[in-house]
Amino acid sequence: MADMEKLLKPEHPVGIVGYGAYVPRYRLPASEVARIWTDGTGGLPIKEKSVPGLDEDVVTMSVEAARNALLRAGIPPTEIRAVWVGSESHPYAVKPTSTIVAEAIGAVPNTQAADWEFACKAGTEAMVAAMGLVGSGMARYAMAIGMDTAQGRPGDALEYTAGAGGAAFILGLEEDSLAVIEASYSYVTDTPDFWRRADQKYPEHGHRFTGEPAYFHHIVSAAEAVMEATGTKAEDYQYAVFHQPNAKFPQRAGQMLGFMPEQIETGLLVQDIGNTYSGAAIIGLTAILDIAKPGDRILMTSFGSGAGSDSMVIRVTERIDASRGKAPTTQEYITRRTEIDYAQYVRMRGKLTMK
Amino acid sequence: MDIPRHWRLKKQRYALVGEVCGHCDTKVFPPRDICPACGEEAKTLYQFSGRGEVYSYTTVYEAPAGFEEGAPYTIAMVRLAEGPLVTAQLTDLEEKRVEIGMPVEMVTRKLRNATDERGMLVYGYKFRPVVAVP
Repeated sequence: MADMEKLLKPEHPVGIVGYGAYVPRYRLPASEVARIWTDGTGGLPIKEKSVPGLDEDVVTMSVEAARNALLRAGIPPTEIRAVWVGSESHPYAVKPTSTIVAEAIGAVPNTQAADWEFACKAGTEAMVAAMGLVGSGMARYAMAIGMDTAQGRPGDALEYTAGAGGAAFILGLEEDSLAVIEASYSYVTDTPDFWRRADQKYPEHGHRFTGEPAYFHHIVSAAEAVMEATGTKAEDYQYAVFHQPNAKFPQRAGQMLGFMPEQIETGLLVQDIGNTYSGAAIIGLTAILDIAKPGDRILMTSFGSGAGSDSMVIRVTERIDASRGKAPTTQEYITRRTEIDYAQYVRMRGKLTMK
Repeated sequence: MDIPRHWRLKKQRYALVGEVCGHCDTKVFPPRDICPACGEEAKTLYQFSGRGEVYSYTTVYEAPAGFEEGAPYTIAMVRLAEGPLVTAQLTDLEEKRVEIGMPVEMVTRKLRNATDERGMLVYGYKFRPVVAVP
């Protein structure tokens, strides 16, 4: 396939009209997990991870991010024609998260609503679909959310990092956008690096297999392809953000693609909030949009196990300055923190048997 | 069966949708179709801002059925910016001592804890200390 043909570009150019982040306030230091399971020895992949409160789940967290996106977009919720929520921790196995979110923000009843699932890239998958819905002229606005309350088996390597948070985006036409999505490209193969079977509480992973053939191959292939097809190089971007299961992986992927640490640091939130799965790459994007200037270019590349990557070239417009102050910033959510210990974590995550 | 009741209340529960009186402009919550101030019909839907302040509060240690997992928790009467007084749980309180007059904002949260793994999840308004004033 020729380079240009690979790109996903709608007929009418589209972009982000409003964005909103959400991070719960509780933080579990990685040292707490080590204290319980390794006698405090061994390296720590991050500083701390975010933990949802007892009354929070993907529905409530999506509602808050969606409300923030609406504040920034300044549009009536009834004009949103799709509410799509990507997650691997939907509260129900059967019954959409998205109908509850759509009802709570006032987008019902003239809307599409569906839940998306593709491990950690369900949120960007929903964004690409929303680009299509708006770019084809079927809808003026569409909302895509990526949000997770990630699961990790007690004592497993994932318990250090499995965090909670995410972001919501309202997509609309270029002229209404605070950031234009110039092009997107998706790279997908069948790669079994991480999964959770139906009715299982905790996921399984392929240990080192999650690195080279999964994360790095898909992220680098997608990002290289989108840069080649758009004729851009690493130095053409002010910012780059990647899926961030730990601090090392995105830093190394950035290096492999020719990015400097200062292009990556703004969107790299994993040390402070953990891996927010479907929310990970996109909440990094919200932290960038909070400070980016008109004309700045951003490369965002997600990764979902199973496996695939969506890579997007995003250009910030002059509308950003008027919009971003209308809702709390991502850093405001991150600095609002209450540290908890392992016992409180066990209680909050429902690992205590009450009956 | 609670399903019809939860379903009927969802708009006010999820997003503080009340009513406004077309005669005297009083904002009404919860919606009751009759203005408590002037007694006229008040059926126009009104979206409350979610901002308010703590009017009074108490902490529950012996929780009723369905709320045990969250105990202890704080219940407050919140004076909404638009006037009405509502009773709701406070959430995300850690490190913040509740005080009368404390500014709060509405959030949508799970109202009951999921001790019943088969039942429907019930969501609704709670209030928390204001995160950031845009």
